[in-house]
Amino acid sequence: MLENTTDSILDHRLHWRWAVPVLALLVLFPLIASATGTDFYVSLASRILIFALAATSLNLILGFGGMVSFGHAAFVGVGAYAVAIFMQAGVVSAWLAWPLAMLVSAVFALAIGAISLRTQGVYFIMITLAFAQMLFYLVTSLKVYGGDDGLSLAGRSTLGFGLDLANDRVFYYVTLSMVVLVLVAVARLLNARFGHVLQAIHENEVRMTAIGFPVFRYKLVAFTLAGALAGLAGALLANLGGFVSPALMQWSQSGMLMIMVILGGVGYLYGGIMGAVFFLLLEELLTHFTMHWQLGLGAVLLLVVLVAPNGLASLVKSRRRA
Amino acid sequence: MNAILVLEQALNGLQFGLMLFLLASGLTLVFGIMDMINLAHGSLYMVGAYLIATLTDVLGNFWLGLGLGILGAAVFGVLLEISILRRLYQRDHLSQVLGTFAIMLMCNETVRLIWGAQPISLNPPPALAGPVELFPGFSYSSYGLFIIGVGFLVAGLLYLLITRTRVGMQVRAGAANREMALAMGVNVRNLFTAVFGVGAALCGIAGGMLGPMLAVQVGMGESILILAFVVIVIGGIGSVRGAFLGALIVGVIDTAGRALIPLLFGMLMSPEAAANAAPAVASIMIYVLMATVLFFRPRGLFPAHG
Repeated sequence: MLENTTDSILDHRLHWRWAVPVLALLVLFPLIASATGTDFYVSLASRILIFALAATSLNLILGFGGMVSFGHAAFVGVGAYAVAIFMQAGVVSAWLAWPLAMLVSAVFALAIGAISLRTQGVYFIMITLAFAQMLFYLVTSLKVYGGDDGLSLAGRSTLGFGLDLANDRVFYYVTLSMVVLVLVAVARLLNARFGHVLQAIHENEVRMTAIGFPVFRYKLVAFTLAGALAGLAGALLANLGGFVSPALMQWSQSGMLMIMVILGGVGYLYGGIMGAVFFLLLEELLTHFTMHWQLGLGAVLLLVVLVAPNGLASLVKSRRRA
Repeated sequence: MNAILVLEQALNGLQFGLMLFLLASGLTLVFGIMDMINLAHGSLYMVGAYLIATLTDVLGNFWLGLGLGILGAAVFGVLLEISILRRLYQRDHLSQVLGTFAIMLMCNETVRLIWGAQPISLNPPPALAGPVELFPGFSYSSYGLFIIGVGFLVAGLLYLLITRTRVGMQVRAGAANREMALAMGVNVRNLFTAVFGVGAALCGIAGGMLGPMLAVQVGMGESILILAFVVIVIGGIGSVRGAFLGALIVGVIDTAGRALIPLLFGMLMSPEAAANAAPAVASIMIYVLMATVLFFRPRGLFPAHG
């Protein structure tokens, strides 16, 4: 961040002092994994990073814009399907297919947002759910693209430059760089005028309207942007699994993304990432011990709600300030 | 035979709509009065169904099992309110979503621990097992008619409770303006617990009624919870009247759509295309309905708050 600007409460710092060591650790992770013979964790790590990306995109509108979207998985699914369908049509280059996936997701988000943003509060939650459900059932009925059974990809997208995405380690590094890129971009956006306006709208929409800001337009742009980023997460997810299915767009997936953001910290820059990592790692850990892992997961989530009212990120923050 | 098909589907829709109302009325009151999003509402329905199925099995009597099971669901709801949910009232909606989602996970898993992952069976009483002939050439399941009767009876009692009693007045006051009701000396603490208990009992009734028709299994609460949310959003949050109308609309459209759209599509397009498109279109209908209602009435059909 520029040093000559004074930090306002609407600014969100990247906390380089913490981020750089963590990032270094993440860069070294595949090497550590291969040294300890646990290579299979690299794919899991990629999956967690992708969900961290999706949760961060949701946090952009949920946490900073106050738009509680219960249909975010639809945009992830649209991005994933876009990559799969383009690949079937012969577009295998990641440089072409991924931006196209983001574009398609953005167009869907623009249309859905334009209608949904007429409503407020819980009604907004439910109307976004409604549109996500419509897309879900639409995809299940598209027999050309596998319908209920889903669609297998012929392989992973190609990157050129001698990089082979089919290699799990290469894929991990590409995913990691995407997450870092998106995180920095989101931070820059939030600290720019656009981000300040968005957060101010969340704080007091009536006042911002009265001052003369085109509130609806700002919210719609943020919603569309978040949709595009979710589309990128979808494109990565389709590549990781080599398979897309309507299950990606189920309402429970949207719910899970929402839970991740709330768990990590609504309106904290690292909230989405912390939530996704904590949630998926806990799930992975508990499934090792017991079949009834949901009981433990539920208990931990309940504990977080009662102990850390603003999510995990708030815990870290308050401790550092104390 | 077309008229008979339509009549049968109308009765099916009515039956499902009334059961949705039992779930939605509790949800809308909890939401309207306590400003609380309760994702665990579906769990009350599940627990009610499991209790009724088990008690019926143990006692060998459906009516005894039904009564005790409903009571059990109400007690479970009250305990849940006193122990955990009470702490969430003052928190924002998102914390409530996370907290009640956690409770939902724990309920599901506890039920799986106790009863196992397989669905369990709940049979209607022998007296209501067969069909009845309503008029020559048309017979309908007697249990279905019984459900419709119970649905109307409970809806009527709820209407009397809310419009004709002191508690009902306090409930309405709470839904319209919580702070004002507080200032006027309503004992909100007890009222909340009571509303929650009643809501849980209604869930239990719905679980007991629908149990013999749908499977009694883990996760049965979630799919119907989404429908109940659709109902209260269409009706307007906090409004029992809105929930009633919304439930009937959703019940009839969902049921009729599933039965009639495949027939309609079969007439319009090739059998293969119809088989692909019809189930999806039938499932989408209620969401299109909700989006349309919210587009023109962003606060539902009967907003309770001023």
